[in-house]
Amino acid sequence: MKVVLRNPTRELEFDGPLEVSVLLQRLDLHREAHLVIEDGTLVPNDKVLGNDAVVEVRSVISGGSP
Amino acid sequence: MKCRVCSGPAVIDIRRHNANFCGEHFLKLCRDQTAKAIKQFSMLERDDRVLVAVSGGKDSLAVWDILTELGYHADGFYVGLGIAEYSASSEHHAVAFAAERGLTLHTEDLRRDHGFDIPNGSRAAKRAPCSACGLSKRHLFDEAARRGGYDAIVTGHNLDDEAAVLMGNVLHWHTDYLARQMPLLPARAGFPKKAKPLVRLTERETAAYCILREIDYLIDECPMAAGNKHLAYKAALNDIERNSPGAKHDFFFRFLAQAADRFRPGHEESDSRPDVAPCQRCGAPTNNDTCSFCALVARATEAVPIKLGHTRGRKKVSS
Repeated sequence: MKVVLRNPTRELEFDGPLEVSVLLQRLDLHREAHLVIEDGTLVPNDKVLGNDAVVEVRSVISGGSP
Repeated sequence: MKCRVCSGPAVIDIRRHNANFCGEHFLKLCRDQTAKAIKQFSMLERDDRVLVAVSGGKDSLAVWDILTELGYHADGFYVGLGIAEYSASSEHHAVAFAAERGLTLHTEDLRRDHGFDIPNGSRAAKRAPCSACGLSKRHLFDEAARRGGYDAIVTGHNLDDEAAVLMGNVLHWHTDYLARQMPLLPARAGFPKKAKPLVRLTERETAAYCILREIDYLIDECPMAAGNKHLAYKAALNDIERNSPGAKHDFFFRFLAQAADRFRPGHEESDSRPDVAPCQRCGAPTNNDTCSFCALVARATEAVPIKLGHTRGRKKVSS
């Protein structure tokens, strides 16, 4: 599957099937700080992504002047 | 995962609520939590004219959308900071959001209207970029609210923001800041009230809200904010939250319920300063002759002598 990440934008390839929560673990990303998006909508943590899936893993942390 | 409300397929889990939600009921949760915060802290009256501080990011667009959904009269105010592509993109998202919904967005631009931008101005004034940015925005939001006759300024600060600020204030025992860290700052001499209706939502939830509402927000992070302490505090709190869901909520809301008052008497004393008077330059209320923003503008725009030619390594020629 293709996994798109931002800041900086990059693409990674993973073999499916793979559960979303496992994908975040493999990327060493915090589930409290990220959302997984497929076809423009949210993907729940227990969804199994197929080998041909294309998902975006989006960080939700923003900072600057509080 | 099934939605706690309707048992339909869930799209998001909220661990601190020990619950999962479908899209429809998650959006309702966000609106309900916002309405609860507004009521809990007496933030807004139904007929208040509200000015939303809009950056084009997820939090400000989410709070603007939710307030509109809840029936408040809410206009937006955007400040161009002059941070290259980031500012151009953020303005695009703010303007597009307002245009698509027929909402009123006021705009101001630091470079165009005040002669400086955050990258160069903060360097010239010897201030951290986030400090110069925060000071500028607070001043301009206050000024815009006074000028437009708005009753309240609303910002998109969420639970993560407030918990991170609280952590920073506690780590350094900034007791004067602790006294002022409230979801509602009441109006005072020349300053409109300021409200933070998203304090019951995490930023994961505000981002999810935007995605489900198909709000096209600015995803890129401000390049000037990289590596700041605020982000480090958020990361530390999320590490705690991983093993203790609800820790961020308890940290902030128990501070408000059990500790904030202990800092307030000192705050009232420190706030019993001489009456504010108009800034000699811009007329904004201030405790000094010149307000902090005008002082920043003066330092950021003053001419800096330029040294011409090489000054290092040049050999002296003896005659």
